[in-house]
Amino acid sequence: MAEMTYSQAINEALREEMRRDQKVFVMGEDVGIFGGCFGVTTGMIDEFGPERVLDTPISETAIMGSAVGAAAAGLRPVPEIMFMDFLAVCLDELVNQAAKMRYMFGGKAKVPLTLRTVLGAGLGAAAQHSQSLEAWICHVHGLKVVMPSTAADAKGLLKSAIRDDNPVVFLEHKMMYAMSGEVPEGEYTIPLGKAEIKRAGKDVTIVATSLMVHKALAAAERLAAEGIEAEVIDPRTLVPFDKETLFQSVEKTGRLVIVHEAVKTGGFGGEIAAMVAEECFDMLDAPIKRVAAPSTPIPFASSLETAFIPNEEKIIEAVKAIL
Amino acid sequence: MALDKEEMLELYRKMYLIREFEETVSKFFSQGQIPGFVHLYIGEEAVAIGVCANLAKQDFIASTHRGHGHGIARGASVNKMMAEIFGKVDGYCKGKGGSMHIADVELGFLGANGIVGAGLPLAAGAAFANKYLNNNGVSVCFFGDGASNRATFHEALNLASIWKLPVVFVNENNMYGISMSQERHQNITDIADRAVAYGIPGVSIDGNDVMAVYEATAEAVKRARAGAGPTLIECKTYRHHGHFEGDPTVYRSEDEVNQWKKKDPIPRFAARLLEMKIVTQDEIAAIADVVKKEIEEAVAFAQRSPVPAVEELLTDVYCDSF
Repeated sequence: MAEMTYSQAINEALREEMRRDQKVFVMGEDVGIFGGCFGVTTGMIDEFGPERVLDTPISETAIMGSAVGAAAAGLRPVPEIMFMDFLAVCLDELVNQAAKMRYMFGGKAKVPLTLRTVLGAGLGAAAQHSQSLEAWICHVHGLKVVMPSTAADAKGLLKSAIRDDNPVVFLEHKMMYAMSGEVPEGEYTIPLGKAEIKRAGKDVTIVATSLMVHKALAAAERLAAEGIEAEVIDPRTLVPFDKETLFQSVEKTGRLVIVHEAVKTGGFGGEIAAMVAEECFDMLDAPIKRVAAPSTPIPFASSLETAFIPNEEKIIEAVKAIL
Repeated sequence: MALDKEEMLELYRKMYLIREFEETVSKFFSQGQIPGFVHLYIGEEAVAIGVCANLAKQDFIASTHRGHGHGIARGASVNKMMAEIFGKVDGYCKGKGGSMHIADVELGFLGANGIVGAGLPLAAGAAFANKYLNNNGVSVCFFGDGASNRATFHEALNLASIWKLPVVFVNENNMYGISMSQERHQNITDIADRAVAYGIPGVSIDGNDVMAVYEATAEAVKRARAGAGPTLIECKTYRHHGHFEGDPTVYRSEDEVNQWKKKDPIPRFAARLLEMKIVTQDEIAAIADVVKKEIEEAVAFAQRSPVPAVEELLTDVYCDSF
């Protein structure tokens, strides 16, 4: 096992896939000579050259649209949209072109691109640079949606995403880039659509995504001190969603708390809750709880931003409310 | 680059093929046999044919909602196109795309598109792929005057200009974006003038003269293949029918339509071929007969084809992956 940051793990995944397959290339704003605004693509232009690590103008529409065209024409683009908030600028290219081409063309086209983008609050970047908008993307079938929470998961999942022949949206949390973790040495991939039980327990199931996985694990430790054993599930992929792992857990615990940083109303947690209510109603011993952000834009002031982001206390409170 | 007799006759035949195809679609649409919307290319045939006569196997085209002419020009099967428009399973897209999403990626036809202006970055991306794979390929993007106001136009031309992408941007200026005449939707008359903003060559031509279209495109394709980057070609043309079939066309005068019908590219080219003694009146009539039969067969093919089974609703959303 090697120790590396989430950012380094992503860098390694990109390099390995670019060495393995000449058709893979990276494009985005400041990804080349600058190494990416968060430093994720550091050094890659030195290894692969400007023909495969492309700096683009500020043109999300053209970045996304040309990635779709290049993918349909036989390449495997890995475009970057610097902040997930900017996806709003190029949603047509992602939603009406990339996601739908295969279906509209009767299965006779494929769009093997992997869109990397960055979500999450905590940096004081405020309303237009901090959103978690995965719910928008999960609603558009034809796309796959991946949300890794650890360095090891990020590396294995990104490699799989790049090899996947479907358009995949790979969501990185900006507050995790510096987070270190153990990463297996050598070649490995993690399949899309497979959740991981990050912590086993019998009293309550906590499903959490991205940075919230770590908050859920911290909450679970504190609950354990009080004799409450929480099972923490990280779906890792939102579309396709691993229902089996979740349902087995709910069957075991009878209680479910869903945690995500995205706003509660219209968030993907509602989809998870509905899935469980529809298919596991008899297994539930208590109502389903969601811990998520309030229905506001992300504020700038640190005091307000901290209040916005779900935390361990809120997770613990939710668990206790249904025990 | 001169065309020989056979090649010129072929241009004529293919323009006539588009015309007959579109008039047939119009007829069946008015009879209620075609679902949704159709946007017909009648009057603009010289653009698609003149451009696509320059293309090779490795080249791509990106089309618009008015894409039947582009598909036929790129070599698509009229049978499979007709079946797709009728929503039948033997259509190009198994009936799942319809008129606005007809495509054949293997043929280099990246599809008609329901989003105005969407093709511009797609074509730039396909051109990027051609350059990356070093296959001497080019991409052509067809787009209208309305689309030239979209962000996709500006971003795609800019990107293509800085990366010297082998793409030919072919503007079909038919003077209207649905009901908005060009003079109401932009402050310029010659869309080719916008090329200056991106530092690329721009040329404005008579889009109803198939030879003029052919020659302008030949030059642009040569530039692109030589690595010199993109060109913007503005083809001035006109659609005889409304924006969509059923359009009451309250926004333009019958007079204007009739003026443009006098410049119809097809009889115009026939007259030229007759004048050059490349063809006789009988041969023109014979071409018309052959084309009519071909389109009749396309309709029969479409009508015979079954509608897709309900199970097809859920297929082709994703590729099976590794």
